[in-house]
Amino acid sequence: MHKRLRRGLSALAIGVTATIALAACASGGSSSGGSSDDMTKALEKGGTITYWSWTPSAEAQVAAFEKAYPKVKVKLVNAGTGNDQYTKLQNTIKAGSGAPDVAQIEYFALPQFALADSLVDLKSYGFDSLESKYGAGTWQSVDLDGKVYGLPQDSGPMAMFYNKKTFDEAGITTPPKTWDEYVADAEKIHASNPNAYIAADSGDAGFTTSMIWQAGGRPFEVKGTDVSVNLQDGGTKKWTSTWNQLVEKGLLSQTPGWTDDWYKQLGNGEIATMVTGAWMPGVLESSVKDGSGNWRVAPIPTYDGSSDVTSNNGGSAEVVMKQSKNPALAAGFLKWLNSSQDSIDVFLKSGGFPSTKAQLSSSSFTAEKPEYFGGEAINETLSKASSDVAEGWQYLPFQVYANSVYADTVGQAYQNKTDLNAGLEAWQKAIVKYGNEQGFKVTSK
Amino acid sequence: MSAVDTQPPTVTEAVTTRGRSGAGRTRASRPTAPKGRGPRARKSPLLLVVMVVITVYSLLPLFYLVVNATKSQADLLSTFGLWFGPDFSLFQNIGETLTYDNGIYLQWLGNTVLYVVVGAGGATLLATVAGYGMAKFRFPGRRAVFAIVLGAIAIPGTALAVPTFLLFSAVGLTNTPWAIILPSLISPFGMYLIWTYAVDAVPTEVIEAARMDGAGEFRIFFTIALRLLAPGVVTVLLFAVVATWNNYFLPLIMLSDPKLYPLTVGLNQWSAQAVGVSAHPIYNLVVTGSLLTIIPIVIAFLFLQRSWQSGLAAGSVKA
Repeated sequence: MHKRLRRGLSALAIGVTATIALAACASGGSSSGGSSDDMTKALEKGGTITYWSWTPSAEAQVAAFEKAYPKVKVKLVNAGTGNDQYTKLQNTIKAGSGAPDVAQIEYFALPQFALADSLVDLKSYGFDSLESKYGAGTWQSVDLDGKVYGLPQDSGPMAMFYNKKTFDEAGITTPPKTWDEYVADAEKIHASNPNAYIAADSGDAGFTTSMIWQAGGRPFEVKGTDVSVNLQDGGTKKWTSTWNQLVEKGLLSQTPGWTDDWYKQLGNGEIATMVTGAWMPGVLESSVKDGSGNWRVAPIPTYDGSSDVTSNNGGSAEVVMKQSKNPALAAGFLKWLNSSQDSIDVFLKSGGFPSTKAQLSSSSFTAEKPEYFGGEAINETLSKASSDVAEGWQYLPFQVYANSVYADTVGQAYQNKTDLNAGLEAWQKAIVKYGNEQGFKVTSK
Repeated sequence: MSAVDTQPPTVTEAVTTRGRSGAGRTRASRPTAPKGRGPRARKSPLLLVVMVVITVYSLLPLFYLVVNATKSQADLLSTFGLWFGPDFSLFQNIGETLTYDNGIYLQWLGNTVLYVVVGAGGATLLATVAGYGMAKFRFPGRRAVFAIVLGAIAIPGTALAVPTFLLFSAVGLTNTPWAIILPSLISPFGMYLIWTYAVDAVPTEVIEAARMDGAGEFRIFFTIALRLLAPGVVTVLLFAVVATWNNYFLPLIMLSDPKLYPLTVGLNQWSAQAVGVSAHPIYNLVVTGSLLTIIPIVIAFLFLQRSWQSGLAAGSVKA
């Protein structure tokens, strides 16, 4: 797979379109400010809206919605996964037409669209009253500057997935509780089987930011268009001091994530752990059949080993685009999509991880004991993780671009097995430079 | 209007060598080309090794594609990449590829065919008409056209994609088939090729004789010139078909509705499905879909190659 080329091309596309997005800041569609009443009326009156999503359950959810509201027609379009879709979304924003009414956007990318004034503030539709339904860490991802820009679909509190078989073979009896133990286990695993590694990490921006988040770092501070960046703060350094040991000693598999090789190594035990979002079980169960029975879940290791703390990784919200000609109807659909029992049931059935407290704590959810995970009640661990997410994290308002140049900066440190801090400093430089070019006031701390 | 041979000014051979093997005319301009002095060329072991390496390098991905199209998603991950797996799932894969997501693959195939027939077909027609006109008519501004065409050849299409996007979005043509077809219609390289080819292939005397007999310019073009130009036209068509069939970046940024995607962008979407929160890898379908995608282009190449080769030969014996 030509991952690098693809990345290069999409980086180019993102770079170009992000420029466009900010330049077109002022040109929003009908901004309106409908009420919760308008929403109900719109649902009764009916109409057609377009919904962009790559969620596998979207089709079934839309079908269920159309059954409940027969006058509303939802045109579901899969315009691409993640960055591919953002590029297209930016393009339609620039073009001034062609944007969907409702779109899926990952949390890390949300500020970019919110700040460019492309999204409808859903507060007037009464969405702020839904806050109590969602975990605090998740809600913060859609509640920016006192405006509600979306409704959470799923969440990704980080946990540690580990391959028990590989652990057993290396003589490790209990999963690591601290990062120091994790590093020690990394040595053991690689020593017992030179093809096996504690984890696969060849440099992934989403993982890095989540790890910094967990370590207590808050490298990005955003107030309107004022951005400050400090990728050498205490938390960041805490993470690099752990991760540098793995990088510099070559204890990480360099198989790029989400490639065929990576899936293969998840199945054959050569990747022993994955520190990632709670949505991972669905992916493992459906696409890594060879690993069945071997994987387990434990809380993410911590630095002091006493109080559990984690961060989010991945997950999306759905938003209403400013271009929508029928924002009240779009908001009505969105409210049903991400807060109604009917819709969430469909979502959970497809292997998604919920964002709503009621589902996270329901006994039928936490008591599930999937065979794939050796019959352990993994949702109990994952659900607990969702309440341990540290607060106060912010993403850059141009995180999509920043992540696309990560490989050229921090990625180099991974490749050369050198100090991550140097790579992070280079990343910071690139971030500051780009942000200022885009009209933000970016300061380096 | 007097018909004259108006060969494009200088700088010719660098480009035209792909169209016809410029027998003896401007040899001096490419001194490094192997000349093969006598009828019997010397054997070179080094050259043989280089060619073998290049052959293996070119065929290996194809081999990989064929081998892996026979594997299920599970086998794809668990077996050695360059040999067959335990089960032969080719037909199952093909069936799944054609039916996955309500048969969207067939839709993509249809789109690609549309873009190729209208885009590449139109490009060939325009290039032929324009190239013939440039070669056989003298008119004011001809040198300017030459400069523009040569400049246009030098700019890669990828670099033009974004400006083209902005232009198209201003007139509301993004996310329509026109966004792919219109840019595909322009082929400066094809026009230049026909231009240089027409200078020799269509003798001015023939045109003048036809005029004497009272034939109009369009009749001359369609009944006489077009036939004489056929080998050149096929070459241009081949280039245009391949370029349009493989077009990736332009549709990627122009289109947002998967129902309009050509195969290239569609397959990439399938491939990208393996990433992220709701990852659902279908590499077996991506591989099988890629294999199916190249079959028509291989067939087109084999078919057109025959007339292409004869075109090359025809060009080289004229002097």
